[in-house]
Amino acid sequence: MASIEVGGKSIEVDEEGYLENRADWTMEIGEAMAKIDDCELSSNHMEVINFLREYYEEYQIAPAVRVLTKAIGKKLGPDKGNSKYLYELFPYGPAKQACKYAGLPKPTGCV
Amino acid sequence: MLHTVNKSPFDRHSLERCLRTCASGNAILLIEDGVYGGIKGSIIEDKVKDAMKDVKIYALEADVNSRGIKNHIMDGIQLVDYSGFVDLTTEYDKVQSWL
Amino acid sequence: MEETAGEIKKIMYVNRKAPYGTIYALEALEVVLIGAAFEQDVMMIFMDDGVFQLKKEQDTKALGVKNFSPTYRALEMYDVEKIYVEKESMEVRGLTVDDLIIPVEVKSNEEVTKMMGEADVLLNF
Repeated sequence: MASIEVGGKSIEVDEEGYLENRADWTMEIGEAMAKIDDCELSSNHMEVINFLREYYEEYQIAPAVRVLTKAIGKKLGPDKGNSKYLYELFPYGPAKQACKYAGLPKPTGCV
Repeated sequence: MLHTVNKSPFDRHSLERCLRTCASGNAILLIEDGVYGGIKGSIIEDKVKDAMKDVKIYALEADVNSRGIKNHIMDGIQLVDYSGFVDLTTEYDKVQSWL
Repeated sequence: MEETAGEIKKIMYVNRKAPYGTIYALEALEVVLIGAAFEQDVMMIFMDDGVFQLKKEQDTKALGVKNFSPTYRALEMYDVEKIYVEKESMEVRGLTVDDLIIPVEVKSNEEVTKMMGEADVLLNF
């Protein structure tokens, strides 16, 4: 079992770095995961991460990138609901990477 | 004797076979998809009601709740939790599982 | 995942199993969500015990498995909008559309027969 160290505690993650237990998640864990990818989380990142957590709470899935883009556009406006904006924030793939920092499983349909 | 039924009555005949075969004074515990046998307004309701005249019928609460049918369970069917399940197996001399 | 010039196919997912007794319902849902990326003409029919998948008020806490019924509400966002239940299956089980977690269109068995005949691909779960 892989793990990462956050605030002196060992947190279990899978082989791709996704959180094993969703209930473990804290913002600090999200930040620590981002740091591993050389990514500093801004308020724009946080906005997407929080959006994903709410989405998961409601639908019990992490959305595919196409669905995420559309849903973000609906909630936060077209200047944020587009691939360019989201890929700039999360260059490894907005759904995949943001879901990881949000403590969610990899989106259904992502390989 | 305690009978357990774990298949949907709309998919298999095990509940109907159980209702026909069980004896007066026996109990039936509906578990897993068997809990669908306890819903009101279904085509099997009358048969279950009829059996309840001389057989006690229980349903496992965790299975009932997970399927969203708590408010659809027929009056007279008693919900039991896991420890209630264990109690029933000790209360009766043997268990017939209608798999 | 843009498809090549291929024509759009009518894909019909036939869901006939209750949600937690077997893995079929969850598998079907995942396949539909993944398959949505291919932008085909998708429809889902819930019949026989499959109608129980859409039952409201599912609470799996005591069972210790994931309650995936909220995910059906996301189908619309995946552009899966043709969702049907078979009338006779609902009646046999004492269910009405008010008991279901998402809006659906009710089809008679006869109409289901016709839809199956018109589909290019049938995927059964």
